[in-house]
This record gives sequence, C-alpha cells and structure tokens, in this order.
Amino acid sequence: MSVARRLIGFNLLTACVLGVGGWYVGWFAAHGIVGPSIEYFGDVDFNELSIVMGYLCGVLGFLVGLGFLNYPIARLRGYPPSLREKETGGIGRYFGLCTDHKVVGIQYLVGIGLFFFIGGLNAMLIRTELLRPNHQVWPAGTYLTLVGIHGTMMMGMMTSGILGPFGNYLVPILIGARRMAFPRIEALTFWLLMAAGAILETTIFFGGFPTGWTGYQPLGTQANPGMECYYLFFALVGISMTLLGLNMIATIVTMRAPGLTWTRLPIFVWGVLSTAVLMVLAAPVLIATLSMAVLDRTAQTNFFVPAQGGSGFLYENLFWFFGHPEVYILALPGFAIVLEILPVFARKPLWGYRLAVGGLLGVTLLSFFVWQHHLFVSGINGDLRPFYMLSTELISIPTGLTFICGMMTLWRGRIRYSVPMLFCLAWFFNFLIGGLTGVFLSDTPSDTTTHGSFFSMAHFHYTIMGGLVFTFFAGIYYWVPKMTGFQIDERLGKIHFWTMFVFFNSTFFPLFIAGFLGQPRRAVTYANGLHFINVWVSISAFLLGGSMLLFLYNFVKSLVFDRVRAPADPWGSKSIEWQLPSPVPVHNFDRIPVFSGDPYGYGETGPTPVPAGAPAGMD
Amino acid sequence: MPERVSESHGRRVIVAWIVLSVVATPLVAFVLGPHLPPGNGSAQASEQVFDNTWITAIVTPVVCLLVVFFVYALTQFRHRGGALVDGPPLRNDSRVQIWWISVTSLVVLFLAGFGTYELLQNGSGGGQGPDPIAIPKGHKIPVQVIAQQWQFTYRYPTYGGVETPELVLPADSYIELHVTSLDAIHSFWAYELGVKADANPGVDNIAYVKTKGPRTFHVRCAELCGLWHGYMFDNGRVVPMAQFTAWIKAQSRAFAPVAKYLPKYADVYYPDPQRRAG
Repeated sequence: MSVARRLIGFNLLTACVLGVGGWYVGWFAAHGIVGPSIEYFGDVDFNELSIVMGYLCGVLGFLVGLGFLNYPIARLRGYPPSLREKETGGIGRYFGLCTDHKVVGIQYLVGIGLFFFIGGLNAMLIRTELLRPNHQVWPAGTYLTLVGIHGTMMMGMMTSGILGPFGNYLVPILIGARRMAFPRIEALTFWLLMAAGAILETTIFFGGFPTGWTGYQPLGTQANPGMECYYLFFALVGISMTLLGLNMIATIVTMRAPGLTWTRLPIFVWGVLSTAVLMVLAAPVLIATLSMAVLDRTAQTNFFVPAQGGSGFLYENLFWFFGHPEVYILALPGFAIVLEILPVFARKPLWGYRLAVGGLLGVTLLSFFVWQHHLFVSGINGDLRPFYMLSTELISIPTGLTFICGMMTLWRGRIRYSVPMLFCLAWFFNFLIGGLTGVFLSDTPSDTTTHGSFFSMAHFHYTIMGGLVFTFFAGIYYWVPKMTGFQIDERLGKIHFWTMFVFFNSTFFPLFIAGFLGQPRRAVTYANGLHFINVWVSISAFLLGGSMLLFLYNFVKSLVFDRVRAPADPWGSKSIEWQLPSPVPVHNFDRIPVFSGDPYGYGETGPTPVPAGAPAGMD
Repeated sequence: MPERVSESHGRRVIVAWIVLSVVATPLVAFVLGPHLPPGNGSAQASEQVFDNTWITAIVTPVVCLLVVFFVYALTQFRHRGGALVDGPPLRNDSRVQIWWISVTSLVVLFLAGFGTYELLQNGSGGGQGPDPIAIPKGHKIPVQVIAQQWQFTYRYPTYGGVETPELVLPADSYIELHVTSLDAIHSFWAYELGVKADANPGVDNIAYVKTKGPRTFHVRCAELCGLWHGYMFDNGRVVPMAQFTAWIKAQSRAFAPVAKYLPKYADVYYPDPQRRAG
C-alpha cells in the first residue's frame, strides 16, 4: 500500500504518463490545424506540425508531471517562498524535482552516463558497418541515422557532461555556499536534458534523420519526419545549456563565501565560469537557428531554401557560430579538471594560477572568432579565410598556457599515480595529438585535403573524447567517493584506465592515416585499400567499448555491492570539499566558511587556507 | 640549493629535447614528408604536400619537448611509499612564462603567415566562392561541376556547354572549376588533384587546379548529402590535350540528341519542382 501511494504524486512516473498524454494532445491539436495528413505520407497519418506540437506538449506534460508548476502556482495563490521541494527523504528524491544541488549532480551523473552509453553503443554499430568496405550490415539510411544519433547525442548531452554532474555538485561547495542561485532552474536543466535525450531516441519511429549532428540545410528541409526529433533535441539541449550557464554565472558571481576573492577561486570554478559564459552566449543562437529550421519544415517559411530566397550559408554560419564555442564548451571543463587534480597528486601548488585563468578566459574569448574554419572550402567569404586561419591558430596560445601550467605543476613534484591522476596525465597526451592535428585543419591549404575526411573526425575525437571523456572519468574516480561516500575499486580502475587509453589510441590514431589516404566521413562505403585500417579500428573500438563495460562493472560493483566507506579525504587534498564528511550533508556547511587563501598550498607553511575539520566561519 | 636542483633538472630536459629534435625533425621532414597526402597529382596537390611537410616538421620539436618532459618528470619525480610528502611550493617563474608565451606566439604567427602566403598563390585547390581572391594568372579552361543526389555531372562551357557524366581534363592546363549543386550541399573532392569545394545550391563555388601529366583520379562527395552519400563517387582522367579535344568532340556528338533538353548554361541552377518536407 505504501509503495503504491508513493508512486502517486509528482514524480518521474507521473511525468512519463503526462508526457505521453501531452504528446497525443499536441498531435491531435495539430491535426485540427492542418488536417488529417498530407500527400507525401499519404498512408501514414502524421505531418511535421503534428510531430512538433506532439513533442512540445509532451515536454510540457513531462515537466508538469515532475511538479515544475507547483511552486509558481503556490506563489500565485499567496503561499510564502520556500525551497522545500524534496530536499529531504530517501531515494525517491532522485526520481523527481529536487532542489538539492547534490541530488541534481548525481542525477546528472547517472542520466548523462546513461545517454553516453547509448551514444557509445551507436558508435559500436557504426564500426560494425565499417568492418567491410562495401557490404551493408545496416541499410544506408539506418547507417546515417546511427551516425546522426551518435554525433548528436555526444555533442548535445556531453556539453553538460562535466558542468552537469560535477559543476552542480561541487561549485556551491567550492565557493562555500549552501545551494545554487536558482535551485529550481537547476533541476529544470536536468529534466529538460532527459526529455531531450528521449526525444532524440524516438527519431527511429519516424524514419531517422540523414544529416549527422550538423543538420545542414537544405538537406534537413527535405528529410524524413525523424528530422524533427533532431531539431527538438538540440533546441531543448540549447535551452538547458543556457539556463545551466546562467545559473552557474549567477552562483559564482554572487554567492562566494567571505574571503573567496577571484584569485583564490579554485581553478575548476574558473573553468566552470568560462564554460558557462560560452554556453550563455552560444546556445541561444542554436535555439534560434533550429527554430527557423522547424519553421521551414512546418510553416513553409524559406529561411534556408535557396531557390526561394533563403540560403544554406545562413544555416552554416549560424550553426557554427554556436558550433565552435560548443567544442570549447566540451573542452574547457576538461582543462579545468586537469589543473584542479594535478596539484593534489603532484603535491605542489598550481603553477601560474593567473596564467591558467588567463588561458581559460583567452580560449573563451577567441572561440567566438573562429567558426568559419569549418567552412574553408564551402565557398562562403573566400576573402575571410586568412583571418579565420590566424584566429584559429591563435587559440593554441591560451591552450598552450594550460599545458605549461600543468607541466610546471608536475615539475619536481612528488607524483602519485592514482587513477584520477592517470586520466589527467592521459589528457596531456591526447590533447597534444588533438591540438597538433588541429594545426593541419586550421591551415587552409592543408585543410583542402583533410576537411570532411576521417582526419578531422579523428582530430575531434582526440580533443573531445581524449580531452573531455578522459577528464570526465578523472572526475568520476576523484569525486564520486565524496558524492556517494563509497570507494571505487582502485585496481579495476587502473585496468579500466590502461585498456581505455590503449584502445582509444589504437582506435583513433589509425583514422588520421585513413583520412590522409582519402576516406570521407559519414560514408557507408570506403575504398578496398582502406580495409585493413578499418578492420583494425573496428576491433579496437569494440575493445574500447569493452573497457567502458569494465568501468560500468566497477562502478556498480563498488557503489552497489561492495560499499566500502570512503574516508573524508582519501587523496590528501587541501580543497574545501574534502574537509566535509562523505557524502556531504544536506546543507553542506553548519556555518559558512571564511577563506584565507587558495586550495593549493601544498608544501607551504603558514595557516591552512581552509581549516581542516568542521569549517569555521560565520553562520 | 633548491634553485640549483631545479636548474640541473631543467638542463637535462633541454639537452635531451634539443638532441631528439635535431635527430627527429629532418627525419620527419625528409623521410615522412614526401609520403604525406595528397601526392603530386597536380600543382595544388604538390603545394599541399609541401604545406603538410612544413607543418609536420614544425610540430615535431613540440612533440619532442612534451615527450622528453613527461618521460623525465613522470620517472624522476615519482613518489613511492605511503606517506604524503609535499613538493617544493613553486608557484611561478616569470622566465618560463615569457619564454613559453613568446615561442608559442612566434610559431603560431609563422604558421598563419606561411599558410596565408601559400593560400594566396592560387587558392590551394580549395573552393573560394563566387568571388575568388587568389586567382592564378594565364589562360584557364572553365569546367562546371554539377552535384546532385547522388552523382556529379560536368559541363564544358567553352565547348558548347556539353554535359558529360565523366570528368576528363587536359594535361598541363589550368582548370577553373565552377562547383554548384541542384539540391542539398555536396562537396566535390578530387583527392589526387588536391581539390575540394562544397557544392551549394544557388552558389557558384570556384576552385583552381593546374593539372600535371596524364593520370586517373578519384572523385568523392565529402559533405553528407543524404541517403546514398556513401556511393557518390566516380573516377576522372587527365589526358593529353589532343586526346582531350578528340574526347570532347565525341561527347558533343554522342550527347547531341539530348543536348537540347538541357537548361541553358548558367552559373547556377535551381531544381524544379521543389522537394521538401511539410
């Protein structure tokens, strides 16, 4: 009885029921507007507008079911403000709207992890197809859908891959606050992302989409109804990103504890701040662009239809104006995690703090001035190519600052090779290769051959998978003991690291060669001469997938079955989150701490920047 | 005392780096360089090989520095044993900062200058849009590349606008490629010629290529253009001028019966009727 009663109310179950119900409400409403069907899909009773309306009403129903309207309605009816939405209570908090930033962080970790594994599974299916040069395991359309879902899922979901879990969980703690600035918006960003992920997966019911993650027009205008799922997914991700970024900026700017000046802020918080700035400035462009594309398909506007006055270049410009900052939204949190974790395991202060901050901010600024390097051979603005070549190559200066700060932090340290440290060190290797191959792509003459080939695909997998995903795992091994209170098995973690590192490189390095030899991206066939490389890459990719399963096994085994208590500070860190009990209590601090220095005072005498034990400070 | 320790470590790393770079850079430039893509199928392809060789040679010392540094640091500064021991609290060194920023800036500016110079010679085979900025001098033979889902066809405006399904180019001539599309965005990629130019509907994207001796080359679509994108490839030929003239005459004759159904030669074409969802 009590179980049944707990299932009734505003939670994930209600949300799913209202979401599906909302879908049909929107679907019928749209049919009322445009009539039962259109001739293109004469025997199938749906049209573009009904699908868009269905999904929009579905998302609305999903959010209502989670209880996002309860608080606004309560306020309208005159109840006093409160933050009491499921801040306490058992496991049920994780399946609904919760305003505790620590719960949202863990929700993000599991939710994004889930979609990360779905995206990874798609990669396995892509590599299965490419085992043979001219043999269709999947029909050509299915292959393109797999490529599209893999790319879109990874680029969309993983934008919040570090800011979602670790940003939400840690930023309030690191700045000595008890919550985020807008706790309900924080929860909203997570649930929007989950709704978006589900929408992208349902594209398979509408024929998939052929455009890859870039959604170029006019291909998108003529595509299947499944294209709608891509637009709605990415637009919802864009909304989620914008809100997440605003929330982070507001929190970091206004809620820092006394004494936490800008030069004492942990470098991870700087990384989050610069990423949040990128999100807030770039993601709205994406939302607008995709809305225009949806209007093209539903209301028959002609923003991107060349024969009727529109322009495909307009879409390319708008998309990459978002798309290139997006790449740094993925990369910057990785820089920050590396610089945050290195001092702990090298037992030295972060070298060149101001330089590192300058590097992060420099990348943030420059990343808005490089987007047309994706369009060097597209025929757009041929005379601007030298400028974009220069601006793109200039980005290696602030990126180089991250390198020198990390390297000099290691210099003469007392380095311990724990699992998080191994992942951070691998970042240097991966990002070095990713960065240097980027030089070939940024050089316009050289880009003529490498553009759109597997070379560029290998390049961005080195920077994003090698840069973001490796540091994502570094963050998991480093912070999950704090988040859950349980240790993660070190030995299995090391096996996971080494298999992932070896097979990652053995998967993606040969793809540089394949690209140099002329294999285009996203093509279902390739030349017979490239068969060996592709078989090698596919097998390595499967082994890389196996390494991820090993991680999953370790994660579940350590946290669900072994449940070995983690000490409060297993790594000997001086940062404030490790001075709190594991897991962190609901209100983080009994008293708000007062900071007297940055958290990197290894080997330094004088007062500990953050007092050990229960943080002292004001109420 | 700690200063001296740091300096002797630093000296070892720098010496090892210089030795390794001096050995590795010429090896990379002269052994690997000639094998870099896309080969010597055209003047533009050769320029790209030259460019790739330069870039590879410049990044080699960077790789050497990081390899030497990490091998040294990760072996020399490894801490064994259970107790936590702190390292020296070095927080900054303005000499290292100034050197690092200066050197990276110089390398970056050199690369950008070098790339710009190479680009402005003749566009390096890339699509330059309807108003090219890097136009080679001399006589050029215009060839129009029309992409559609999912094939390329070619028109020769100076030979009566004949349209052929096969790309044949005269040897040792400058070709002016006008790349356009009838539907989605495609990308015309002649790998061995070092040419890539996106085909946009309603846009005349111009690229220049100077052919060398007779050879065959591959043509692929390099921009995702829908269902059969993976099958959008064919072969082209570079043939001696006399053979080309004979071939184009034969084509004009062979396609004469259908030529009257072709649209009049134009910079761009629009499909009719429109294909779109809705």
